[in-house]
Amino acid sequence: MTVESKKYKWVGTSPVRPDGNDKVTGRAKFGADLMLPGMLTGKVLRSPHAHANIKSIDTSKAEALPGVKAVITSADVAELESEWVPAGELQLNFRDLAHNIMANGKALYDGHAVAAVAATSAAIADAALDLIKVDYEVLPHVIDVEEAMEADAPVLHADMFTDGVTPKPTKASNIFKEVDIAVGDVEAGFAKADLVVERSFKTAPVHQAYLEPHAAVASFSEDGQAELWCCTQGHFVVRAYCAKLLGMDIADLRVTASEIGGGFGGKTTVYLEPVALMLSRKAGKPVRAVMTRDEVFRASGPTSGAASWVKVGVTNDGTIVAGEAILKYQAGAFAGSPIQPGCMCAFAPYDIENVKVKGYDVVTNRSKVAAYRAPGAPISEHAVESVIDEIAKKLGMDPIELREKNAAREGTNAAYGPKFGVIGFADTLAAAKAHPHYSAPLGPNQGRGVASGFWFNIGGSSSATVNVNEDGTLALATGSPDIGGSRASMAIMAAETLGIEVTDVRPIVADTASLGYTFLTGGSRVTFATGMAVIEASKKIALELRERAAKTWDISVDAVIWEDGLAKPAGANAGDFEPLTLADLAAKANQTGGPISSAASLNAEGAGPGFGTHICDVEVDPETGAVKVLRYTAVQDCGQAIHKAYVEGQIQGGAAQGIGWALNEEYIYDEKGRLDNASFLDYRIPVASDLPMIDTVIVEVANPTHPYGVRGVGEVPIIPPMATVANAIDSAIGIRLTELPMSPPRVLAALDNGS
Amino acid sequence: MAKIHVTTTINGEPVEFLCEPQQTMLDVLRDELRLTGSKEGCATGDCGACSVTVGDRLVCSCLMLGAEAEGQEIETIEGMADGDTLHPLQQKFLEEAALQCGICTPGVLIAAKALLAKNPDPSESEVRYWLAGNLCRCTGYDKIIRAVMDCAADMRGA
Ligand code: FES
Ligand code: FES
Repeated sequence: MTVESKKYKWVGTSPVRPDGNDKVTGRAKFGADLMLPGMLTGKVLRSPHAHANIKSIDTSKAEALPGVKAVITSADVAELESEWVPAGELQLNFRDLAHNIMANGKALYDGHAVAAVAATSAAIADAALDLIKVDYEVLPHVIDVEEAMEADAPVLHADMFTDGVTPKPTKASNIFKEVDIAVGDVEAGFAKADLVVERSFKTAPVHQAYLEPHAAVASFSEDGQAELWCCTQGHFVVRAYCAKLLGMDIADLRVTASEIGGGFGGKTTVYLEPVALMLSRKAGKPVRAVMTRDEVFRASGPTSGAASWVKVGVTNDGTIVAGEAILKYQAGAFAGSPIQPGCMCAFAPYDIENVKVKGYDVVTNRSKVAAYRAPGAPISEHAVESVIDEIAKKLGMDPIELREKNAAREGTNAAYGPKFGVIGFADTLAAAKAHPHYSAPLGPNQGRGVASGFWFNIGGSSSATVNVNEDGTLALATGSPDIGGSRASMAIMAAETLGIEVTDVRPIVADTASLGYTFLTGGSRVTFATGMAVIEASKKIALELRERAAKTWDISVDAVIWEDGLAKPAGANAGDFEPLTLADLAAKANQTGGPISSAASLNAEGAGPGFGTHICDVEVDPETGAVKVLRYTAVQDCGQAIHKAYVEGQIQGGAAQGIGWALNEEYIYDEKGRLDNASFLDYRIPVASDLPMIDTVIVEVANPTHPYGVRGVGEVPIIPPMATVANAIDSAIGIRLTELPMSPPRVLAALDNGS
Repeated sequence: MAKIHVTTTINGEPVEFLCEPQQTMLDVLRDELRLTGSKEGCATGDCGACSVTVGDRLVCSCLMLGAEAEGQEIETIEGMADGDTLHPLQQKFLEEAALQCGICTPGVLIAAKALLAKNPDPSESEVRYWLAGNLCRCTGYDKIIRAVMDCAADMRGA
C-alpha cells in the first residue's frame, strides 16, 4: 500500500531486476564461486581461548609439509600506528584492524586468527593447521559488558585509558570511551513530571547471519600488483584497508566485488581479504580463502550485547518532560562499538526539552563488533520504546497517541544536535493508527504492541558512469555492491532521468579501477547517494545528446530540449526537425564528436532521516513460554520508493531480523569464554514457519535534497521490532520483559514469577 | 587413499567423476564439476542453500557423500530451466521479487519445486513448514512464500 505517489514513468514501479536471471539459475558468481588456475586453498588457525598470551608459534612442521606454499603469522603483518578513520557510521582503527586479522602477542577472543596457511588442497591446508604449534598462556577473560567495566576485571589492552573523562585515568581499563549527550536540565524536567518510569534492559549480542560466509580470492603478481575478488559491501573500502595493511600503493590493488550473499553491515570491514593477499604474495600463486559457518560466528562481527537504563518523565497529559539513559555497549575485542549512534538515536524520535544520555564503549573477550543495520540504534531505542509503552499503559493512553503527542516534526531540535527538516514520523504514526491491523480483535493469550524507530541515513561519496552504446542502449556502472536489488533502482533512476525504457539500461557494479571512489553499501546510502551520481551522470548524457542533436541540425544547443527520450528542436526552431531518438544519436555519434559517455562523482549531502512504526500481534503459550508472532505490519517513511518491491523486501527482511533478535537469537558462551552455539542449528535465525506475512506500508514524505525524494530504507526496519514484540508480550501477559532474547525459558520464568 | 570413480546422472546428463571417500556431494558439485549454483551456507545441513534432488528426494548435498551419487539421478539449480525457458518458479521469483541477495535462491527453488511435485496445492503453512529448512536472511520469507503459492496456482491452472 502506498500512501502518496507521484507521476513518474519508472520510479515507484517494480520491474524485474536486471541481474535476476543469473540468480535464479545458479549462474551468479558469489565470493566462493571463483576459481583461478593454480589456485591454492587458504585456511586460518584460530585461538581456542577467549584470552591468552601467545608465547610462541612454531610453524616449521607446517611449512615442511608437502603441498604447503605459505604460512603467515603476525610476524608477517606490519605494525601500524593507532589511527582512527571514519568508517561509515562507525570509526575504525588501523592498528586494531591489523591485530584483528592476525592476533599480535595476545589472542583476545575464541576464534581470533593466529596463523594462516596456503596449500595445494583443502585437506593439506587442514593438516598444516594441525601442525602449527602455538604456546598459549591462558588468561582470565570477561565477556559481559558490566563485568568488563568492574575495577577488578581482566584488562584486555594495557594501554587503554578511558577517553572522554577528565582527568584522564591513570589505570588501564576496558572502557575505551565515555560519550555524553545533554540538552536542557533533566533534573528540572523530572521535577515537573507527574509520572516517572525507569527500567534496566539487557540485549544479547546477535549476528548479522548473512547466508554467505566471507570469501576472498587473491592473486599477487611478481611486480607487486594484485587483484582481489571478494564478497563485500564496499570494494573501495576493502582496497583502502588492504593497501594499508599490506603497505601497497592503492593503484597496485584492483578489487572486484563478487555478488554478495547478504551483509547487513557485517561485510563492511576485512577479515580474510588481507590474509589471502598476504598468502598469495608469499606463495606467488592465487589463493582462495572461505570461512566456515563456525568461523563466521566466532570471528566475524556480531553487534554489541548491551546493558541499558532508561528513565522517562511525563506530565498527566502525556507530554514527555525529560528522558535520561545510560548505555553500555560491548565493542568486542577492540574499541569501537556503535555507542555513539546508539546514544544519538535513543530519544531522537521525540521532541523532549530535557535529555541526558551517557554511553560507554567497552571491550570484552569476543569478536570485534561490526556494523549491523542501523548500528547501535536498535539497542537504545528498544529500551526507550519499551518505557514509552509502559508509560502509555500507566497513563491509560493509546501508545500511538502518546507518540503523536511527542513526535519530532519539521523544526524540532533533535536531542543529538540538529534541527529536523521535513520528516515523516507523524505520518507513519497516522498510517499505523489507520491500519486495519491496529483495530483487529485479539483472542486469549494474545496481545498487540507498537513501537517506532529512527535512523539518520547517510550520504557520502559515490561515482557512476554512463556509456551510450552504438545502438542507443546504455551501460551504467556504479561502485556500489548490490546487496538487495540496487542495480534495478539505478536502472530505474537512469531511465526516468532520460525518459527511456528501463530495459535499455544495463547496470553493473564496476571494479575499483573502472570508476571513481565509491564508499560502501551501508547507512541506507546507495539509492540516495549513488542514485544521485546516477542521476547526475544521466543528466550529463542528456546535455551531451542535446549538443549532438544541435550539431546535427546546426542550431544552438539552447534551442534543443531533451524530452521523453527524444531530442527535439524548441523555441524558434520548434517543429523544424524530426525529433531524434537515443538510437539515432548513437548511430551518428562518430560524426558528431565520438562516443557519448559521462561520469559523475559526488559527495552526497542532505540524507533524509527515516522513521518507522511497527505493529505486532503475538500469542504467548502459557505452558511453554513460546511466543508466536501472529500478525506483523511495518510502516515506514522511505521518502520515495524507487523499486517498490525491493523497498518492501528491505522492510520485511529488517523486520524479520528484528523479530529474531527479539525472540531467538543470542551468543551463548561456556565458562571458558568459548562460543557454544556457532552454528545455524544452535544460533537459530527465524525460519519460514516462525513468521507470518509481513505487511508493509510505504509512507512517502519526499526528502527535498534528492531529485526523486529518496531517504533510504534498509536500516530503519530493524529498529522497532524488539520493543514492538516486547510491548505485545506485555499486552498479552501483563509482564514487561526487559531482557533479550525473549526466549521460551525466559518467558516461562517470567510467567512463573508473575514479573 | 585412492579416489572413488562414480558414474551418475546430473541434470539429465551422464557424468563421471573421481572423488575422495570423505568428499561431500556439494564439494564434488562445486569443486570438481564446477557447478557452483549450489551454495554452501553451513556445511552442516542447517541452511538448505546446497539443496539438490536425488531421484525424487530433496537432500542437502553437504550431508551426502559424492560416492553416494553412484547410479542416481541428481538435479541441481543449473538444470532447472528448460533450455532458454525458465521454470515457472524461477520466472515467478523474478516477477515477485522473491530474492534479494539471491544466495539462498537456488536452494529455495529446488526445495519449492520438490514441494510442488508432491503437493500441487499447498496451503501457506504447508509451504512455510516445507521451506523451514531453507534459511533466508534477506526477505523475511514473505515474497518467497507468496511466489511459491502463486506459482502453484498458475501451474494448477495451466
Ligand atoms: S550448506 Fe548444506 S545445509 Fe547449509
Ligand atoms: S535472498 Fe539473501 S538469503 Fe535469501
